[in-house]
Amino acid sequence: MTTLAPPRTQPLRDSATMLRRNLRRMLRYPSMTVMLVGMPIVFLLLFVYVFGGTLGAGLGGPAGGRAEYANYLAPAIILMTVTTTVQGTAISVAMDLTEGVIARFRTMHIARVSVLTGHVLGSVLQALFSVAVVVGVALLVGFRPAAGLGGWLAATGFLAVLAFALVWLTVALGQVSKSVETASNLPMPLMFLPFLSSGFVPTDSMPAGLRWVADHQPFTPVIETLRGLLMAKPLGDHGWIALGWCAVIALGGYLWSKKLFNRESAR
Amino acid sequence: MTSKQSQAAIAVVGLRRSFGDKVVLDGLDLTVPRGTVYSLLGANGAGKTTVVKILSTLLGADAGTARVAGHDVARDPDAVRAAIGVTGQFSAVDNLLTGEENLLLMADLHHLAKGDRRGRTAELLARFDLTEAARKPASTYSGGMRRRLDLAMTLVGDPRVIFLDEPTTGLDPRSRRNLWQIIRDLVAGGVTIFLTTQYLEEADELADRIGVLDQGRLVAEGTPEELKRRIPGGHVRLRFADQRGLDTARRALGRASHDSDALTLRVPSDGSLRALKTLIDRLDAQAVAVDELSVHTPDLDDVFLSLTGTDEKVTSR
Repeated sequence: MTTLAPPRTQPLRDSATMLRRNLRRMLRYPSMTVMLVGMPIVFLLLFVYVFGGTLGAGLGGPAGGRAEYANYLAPAIILMTVTTTVQGTAISVAMDLTEGVIARFRTMHIARVSVLTGHVLGSVLQALFSVAVVVGVALLVGFRPAAGLGGWLAATGFLAVLAFALVWLTVALGQVSKSVETASNLPMPLMFLPFLSSGFVPTDSMPAGLRWVADHQPFTPVIETLRGLLMAKPLGDHGWIALGWCAVIALGGYLWSKKLFNRESAR
Repeated sequence: MTSKQSQAAIAVVGLRRSFGDKVVLDGLDLTVPRGTVYSLLGANGAGKTTVVKILSTLLGADAGTARVAGHDVARDPDAVRAAIGVTGQFSAVDNLLTGEENLLLMADLHHLAKGDRRGRTAELLARFDLTEAARKPASTYSGGMRRRLDLAMTLVGDPRVIFLDEPTTGLDPRSRRNLWQIIRDLVAGGVTIFLTTQYLEEADELADRIGVLDQGRLVAEGTPEELKRRIPGGHVRLRFADQRGLDTARRALGRASHDSDALTLRVPSDGSLRALKTLIDRLDAQAVAVDELSVHTPDLDDVFLSLTGTDEKVTSR
């Protein structure tokens, strides 16, 4: 029997294969993508047309009203698009684990991390696609960004970084879940936290305790960065703080995911 | 390492594994020569799947060593993975992809050349009778088709050692026979097969050697013939109408065990016509009335049930 060492694994090639698999799965299961894009659009319409008149008046800007609020809100809705997409990732990772095909991958001589990177890259692409759709709808309901080409490119890059970071976290959440239902519930704080940030109303309108939370949680600098890039305003410290959070979340999520994936499969 | 072990496709020594305080494998030793079929037989929960998981690098062992295709599963799992194929109890196919896409996925993960991947896929689809369903999602496949696709996916990488964990559980008899034929063809091609099953018939049909696993240990091992020889030969079972008939027959036949509660006698016999005629003649000579006579030839069921301590369930057939 041959005792030669097996050929080296090829992480890039295997990741590309797994990415193709995940994109194909998304096409086969379009209702998931539709739901993931639909959620933020519903919130966009709700906030612009139901609450927008009153909330916009509270902003106290020169334009006032609904039009001003659409501009204030759009970055939060774009962020929400990313968080719903990565919630979908937790669900599809958990689904994958229940189907047994992952067990097959584990017994194969492939770059193990590719199973996860396939999900991560697929979800980043899916998030950018969803953001494009949501931005399109936002433009239709009165979002008037001031960004030039550079601003748009920077915003796109920033969203890709954000999606990349959050998706590593939800890949871990999907693995730690014992069922698909749990996987859909665990990332809920990600859906909820944008409401406790400067996304929907300025934090100085909140009571002191809540304001402290809102000012210090990661989504506030993220939203302010996005808002600054899209509205062509100075970012201040927000940009670096946001990227710092992304780095921490990405690294933590990656290490956690990898540890979970390499644990013994008891199921 | 002895030379015998280095020649073996699978060599397991003193394998132990517990989950919490439940001991699942309690010092398992077994050796499977290359190009043979080894069948691990056991009831549900005997530890069969745990053995497969350890040998296919999915689980670690608490103690003992296991070498597959010449590589230690704990120290060199990648080399083991490069040599094996696994078809588990629950099908490991991607339900959202079509049968063809599942096979192409495997071809890509095995880094087949662009030109080879289509050819290999088409060949396997044809061989497993899936060409017609190739473009349909695997979720629409029947149990038998799914199991065939599963096995076809396992074969894309040309594994030298194949683990089949209860490959025919839940299949109808026809699909089961189809799968058996496929397995025989594989062995003819020089592949080593490690098969777990709870069907004695399956082990009898396919295996060169059988190991009977009970409570984490091998309680018996050998060829199907050897195992059948391990239990006393066949017997004839006689049931009498009353105690008097039983007593008379016992005196007449001598060498027989009895069970007076059920008024039955077990008489050792090879079940041949001549032996039966002799038996009946002797009973006739004493004018004993026999209510029922049944001939019992030993099969693996007897071996299994007697080895795993539930022999009272042995029934005549």
